[in-house]
Amino acid sequence: MTLITAALLIPLVTAVAVAATGRHARLRDACTLIGGGLLALLIFGAWPAVSGGERPEWLAWSILPGLDIYFQLEPLGLLYASVAAGLWPITSIYASGYLKGAHEKHQTRFFVCFTLAIFAAMGIALAGNLITLFLFYEVLTLSTWPLVTHKGTAEAKRGGRIYLGILLTTSIGLLLPAIVWTGTLAGSTAFSPGGILTGKASPSVLGLLYALFLFGVGKAALMPFHRWLPAAMVAPTPVSALLHAVAVVKAGVFAVLKISVMIFGLDNLFTTDASEVMSWVAGFTILMASLIALQQDNLKARLAYSTISQLAYIVLGATMATALAAQGAGLHIVMHALAKITLFFCAGAIYVAHHKTLVSELDGLGRRMPWTFAAFGLASLSIIGIPPLGGTWSKWWLTLGALEADQLWIVATLAVSSLLNIAYLIPIVARGFLRPLPDGAPTERSAGEAPLSMVLPLCLTAAGCLAAFVLAQPVLELLRGITQ
Amino acid sequence: MISQLPVLVVVIPMLIAPLIVLLRHPVIAWALYTTAAACSFALAVACLLQVEQHGLLQAYLGGWEPPFGIEYRVDHANALVLCLVSGIALLVSPMALRSAADEISQPRLYLFYACLTLCLTGLLGMTATGDAFNVFVFLEISSLSGYALIAMGRSRMALLASFRYLVMGTIGGTFFLTGVGLLYAVTGTLNMADLADRIVPAFGSRVLVAAVAFIVIGLAIKIALFPLHAWLPAAYSQAPSLVTAFMAATSTKVATYVLLRFVATVVGPLVVFSALSLGQILGTLACIAMVAGSVAAIYQTDFKRLLAWSSLAQIGYIVLGISLGTDAGASAALTHMINHGLIKCGLFVIAAMLVWQHGEAAISRFAGLPRRAPLLFAAFIIGALGLIGVPGTAGFISKWVLLEALMDVGHWPAIVAVLISSLLAVIYCWRVVEIAWFTQADAAADSAVRSQPIGAWMSLCAASILIIYFGLHSDWLIALTNTAGTQLLGATR
Repeated sequence: MTLITAALLIPLVTAVAVAATGRHARLRDACTLIGGGLLALLIFGAWPAVSGGERPEWLAWSILPGLDIYFQLEPLGLLYASVAAGLWPITSIYASGYLKGAHEKHQTRFFVCFTLAIFAAMGIALAGNLITLFLFYEVLTLSTWPLVTHKGTAEAKRGGRIYLGILLTTSIGLLLPAIVWTGTLAGSTAFSPGGILTGKASPSVLGLLYALFLFGVGKAALMPFHRWLPAAMVAPTPVSALLHAVAVVKAGVFAVLKISVMIFGLDNLFTTDASEVMSWVAGFTILMASLIALQQDNLKARLAYSTISQLAYIVLGATMATALAAQGAGLHIVMHALAKITLFFCAGAIYVAHHKTLVSELDGLGRRMPWTFAAFGLASLSIIGIPPLGGTWSKWWLTLGALEADQLWIVATLAVSSLLNIAYLIPIVARGFLRPLPDGAPTERSAGEAPLSMVLPLCLTAAGCLAAFVLAQPVLELLRGITQ
Repeated sequence: MISQLPVLVVVIPMLIAPLIVLLRHPVIAWALYTTAAACSFALAVACLLQVEQHGLLQAYLGGWEPPFGIEYRVDHANALVLCLVSGIALLVSPMALRSAADEISQPRLYLFYACLTLCLTGLLGMTATGDAFNVFVFLEISSLSGYALIAMGRSRMALLASFRYLVMGTIGGTFFLTGVGLLYAVTGTLNMADLADRIVPAFGSRVLVAAVAFIVIGLAIKIALFPLHAWLPAAYSQAPSLVTAFMAATSTKVATYVLLRFVATVVGPLVVFSALSLGQILGTLACIAMVAGSVAAIYQTDFKRLLAWSSLAQIGYIVLGISLGTDAGASAALTHMINHGLIKCGLFVIAAMLVWQHGEAAISRFAGLPRRAPLLFAAFIIGALGLIGVPGTAGFISKWVLLEALMDVGHWPAIVAVLISSLLAVIYCWRVVEIAWFTQADAAADSAVRSQPIGAWMSLCAASILIIYFGLHSDWLIALTNTAGTQLLGATR
């Protein structure tokens, strides 16, 4: 109980502290850093206990009988919490540098909302039943809306509308009925190892319910409910990093994975084939989003479609309904988070230092910003899945899972997608390093790297991609706990 | 003494109303109104506690036993509605002092309070009585004072709005009276409990069918159920802000309660749902109301009008619950009556505060609100989330129980309608949020506004806190409404 309350309280207290110290930028940033550091320590400190089989729980509040605010820490939740808590301090260092560099207004509001989003992410990670998950899911949507529309321009407003529109439509229109339906079918909405729906409904009902859940969790950005993610690109880059790597989309795929494993149950899904249709949708999303990414000239839009494609990997892992694939999906949450946050950090650094947003403008910039482009290259390789980078393992395990499930088309999809990844990511690095600078570009040394507070975080996360290759073992051990 | 509680709830405001007219001073009038509301609320809560202990409270006026005399009969369902009506009356009273003085001319103020107290009397009476004709009497008391209250709005349009309501309301009242008269013709009694017994031999008679039709249509006008809603948006937007805050939360709710009472106990579900299939008709109309009301709300430029149209949609949820004819449905309807009453009251208090500052409640007045008045904006967000039905607010609870009741009977089209209506609610609420968030108020208008009176803040805080409270801690409320539902319709589960 104490661990869970602390994990929820730290971001809340930090949000208050940030709001109170808003006038002094340095003090405010210090508050964020201290809060982030504490939270990371707390979450990572919980690893040994949870790996050892402990499941701390806390019934915070009972609204109605059967409608509880209930928290339980289990391996999958701990993994998501670790991603969010670990990347939060790094992102806030980067964000303070970015906001200063890009001369953004309303910085205090930005950090308060940012912290509230982490609070919501913690709530999602620790949720012990669907109701709690839904509650914090909506908090996350609402608290990130001011971040997406931060610039306040007409374009930001439009982006915010699409963002909120799709996320609330799917959650209220599809997820909520799915939750109520689950409640009436199973008599409970609590997550439990092995699922709660086994034998409670016919395969066709299960399939329909599964589709409701997967489309209802709009944050997982399955096609055709993916439009909010490119629309949210109007946000400042640290927000995009937060959305893509730390909190929002990961909340979506985490929810999908947790619902597959702990509401439906992998064995149940496997024997009833309830998830088969959704695995086609995920496979389609992987390929289609990669193809669209190829055509994007705007760097952030290209990364956004890449995210949609990568998220579908995790959904695909969940729909395969085998233990290996589920572990691969869990692993991919971490690996993709590290790689994608690096890519976005780099995009933001390029914008702040050179005000470039298009891929076609990046010629020769690699020589001016060697660290940034090197980090971009490493992260790209991790997304593609080339050793010795973390992404290797998650693709490896997903492929093993597909073989275990005897689904060769999935293996083929993964292979083709890796080729597409190469096609849309590597040219960016290649342009930066191999092409000459365009004529008339400023030659003075000042037009080099972005400020240190931005370059340092992106180097850190890029190093993280490398380290993840060696450190994947403890993550896998932790994830074994979910399928036992 | 205890057995007279249901009578006292009604009689105290009834006696205070003429007192207000006699004493005339506006502040004293306000104090008397507040006293009436507070007494009624205390007595209503006492009723609820007694009902919880003993199950049923019966009081005979003048000692005449039913079915000859008038009986006041309070069970779980109407004890809850009594608490809602008197509670809302008490909740708006801190705001009333300054808001009414601001919007209504000084010489008429005492009449305003007298009408408000009478309206409260009528609504409480409709709820507490166990006599069908007595319902009509109190319906007229509340309606007549309601017409006068609406006509006191500051623009001349208020007169037109009041007149339209008067025409529609009188037709509704007459229909209701005709229906009650036909029931009397069939059964020879006016006492509701007695009616329920004696109506059985009349099953299949055409007079009974006509009676039910008249009663349901008459009440549908008072409820403002689609397509008989035309009076409501104008009346709500033109009435003095305080009146809207009070009436929106109470008068339509009481009318839906009376509908529930007639459908469930007086005529009985056998006739209403099995023989006449009124459930399907009401359910369909409710679904149309939910969607059409929300769509219309999206296009409003006046905040009060937006809320009025949203009320139409929300009334649809309540009627939908009633139309199911199950105890779970009735329980969901009662829950939403209370929760929506609170939410709408809070939002109309915000409208009143905008009127206080700007003299109007156009949506454009929200511009720059998060910066100017963060608390007011926060209260709006709470109310809006309640309307949408986001978890943590009262609106979520009622939506949850309603969805459960709908899934019980497998009424999928209605589930879709509820969800669509919720999504439309997101749109009409978020339009306001966008205006507040992105546009800046012009500085000249900004500096000229007067600060809000403390009373308005008290009303607003109470409403907002209650919206959150009922969102987080409503197990007792649900237990009560469940009991009420079972009492009304028997355990169908």
